[in-house]
Amino acid sequence: MNVVFVLWLREVKKYLRSRVQIVASLGGPLMYLGVLGFGLGPVFQRAGEGSYLQFMAPGVIGMAVLFTAMFSGIAMLWDRQFGFLKETLVAPVPRLAIMIGRTLGGATVAVLQGTLIFVVTLIAGFRPVSVLTVPLAFLLIALIAVVFAALATAIGSTIKEMQGFQMVMNFLVMPIFFLSAAIYPLEGLPRVLAALTRVDPLTYGVDGMRGLLTGRAHFGVAFDVAVLVAVGVLFVAAGAWRFSKIEA
Amino acid sequence: MGDRPIIRVQHIVKSFGTIMAVNDVSFDVRPGEIFAFLGPNGAGKTTTIKMLTTLSRPTSGSLELDGLDVTTHQTAVRKRFGVVFQDPSLDSELTAWENMDIHGVLYHVPRHARRERCEVLLRMFELWERRDDLVKTFSGGMKRRLEIARGLLHTPKVLFLDEPTLGLDPQSRNQMWTHVRNLRATEGVTVFLTTHYMDEADRVADRIAVIDHGRLVATGSSAELKQQTGTDSLEAAFLALTGTTIRDESATAADQMRQVARVWRR
Repeated sequence: MNVVFVLWLREVKKYLRSRVQIVASLGGPLMYLGVLGFGLGPVFQRAGEGSYLQFMAPGVIGMAVLFTAMFSGIAMLWDRQFGFLKETLVAPVPRLAIMIGRTLGGATVAVLQGTLIFVVTLIAGFRPVSVLTVPLAFLLIALIAVVFAALATAIGSTIKEMQGFQMVMNFLVMPIFFLSAAIYPLEGLPRVLAALTRVDPLTYGVDGMRGLLTGRAHFGVAFDVAVLVAVGVLFVAAGAWRFSKIEA
Repeated sequence: MGDRPIIRVQHIVKSFGTIMAVNDVSFDVRPGEIFAFLGPNGAGKTTTIKMLTTLSRPTSGSLELDGLDVTTHQTAVRKRFGVVFQDPSLDSELTAWENMDIHGVLYHVPRHARRERCEVLLRMFELWERRDDLVKTFSGGMKRRLEIARGLLHTPKVLFLDEPTLGLDPQSRNQMWTHVRNLRATEGVTVFLTTHYMDEADRVADRIAVIDHGRLVATGSSAELKQQTGTDSLEAAFLALTGTTIRDESATAADQMRQVARVWRR
């Protein structure tokens, strides 16, 4: 238990110390929020869908959580060759405790980053329909964070090269973002795209948040939570399995 | 106890596909000695350390540390050794103290003992004044010293040092070996080290094993090796034993990343 805690604390401490990185990581979501949010706003409005900023704010929060959580995979790759990972692998503690500590740490950092973006969307003019559902929305944020931090652990344990992670960013993280419901509604999509959005776990995360914060969910919040929990269990198991296979 | 070897390696083999990285190697390390593993690049030194430190399993053969089978009693064995890897394994975004403290938790050292021992070791390695500084601000020599201090935190019986002086300037190297010799005196720890600097092995090691192409070619004290090869320096003895051909290792993923890391650190 202590082991899980110190490894979790390590991730959080490192995040809080990297002020430059925190500011830099605001760039992406701010671009989407500012340029897309305000740029496509008028079109969205004319299409009779209401405020685009209201619509995409949960998507941008989801994006920030996704990117931050997946980034913990890169950190692991780096740790693996040049840092700290070996130190933990030769310690007389179960690999599972190490994996859980790291993954929860990565997920916590992603939640913190998501919170920061949430505040930014509020400043930009996003208004949740009710204050009461905001804590519930954080449950969704935490679920998204665990799902992708576990996926990052699984991937970070499997690939060995930095270039490999570039591939992952381009062919996995970007599609996960674009195929989720983050920037467009799920209704009326072409069949192929509709199918793809439904295998993307982030779709359910964003949909759930949107349901709680704006009252507009496609699948329903309960269903979204159920899917995320199931996928989370699956990814944590996969992460634990891949992590146990690391040969340094 | 007395004469029981602290490390006993018998006929270990490690093969990666058709390549025999370690081929039928056997040796004993006595408690309290400084044992040097000497060999050219790619001879099998690091592979052997990885097997002894439970990071990889031998294809065949047996490994014992303090009377325990390394492959079957992993956790018990891990408590008994400290290790400094060839690549740094510190967290450079944390302070020296935090690096030590996490290690203490990972090795289940009780809080009170942890604090005391961290202080003793940081003072011993002349890092106490810098304990609250981030490791990324440390010089190469300081990082190495911190790694050794950390490796000793849980009072291990054996300390593995895999090329600990790689990339250090002569002053740091000198200081490092002084520390290692002092350690044996104060902590009674057995030191198993690898290096390819002949002069260092000559100076600090009680016994030396020369490994080449995955096979052990000679074992003995520096004097014995010189006598055996009829040479007057360990370097000449080493060349007599291993030949003068230059080894071209093919670059692995790790080497490539090491390259990237070097560029980034500038």
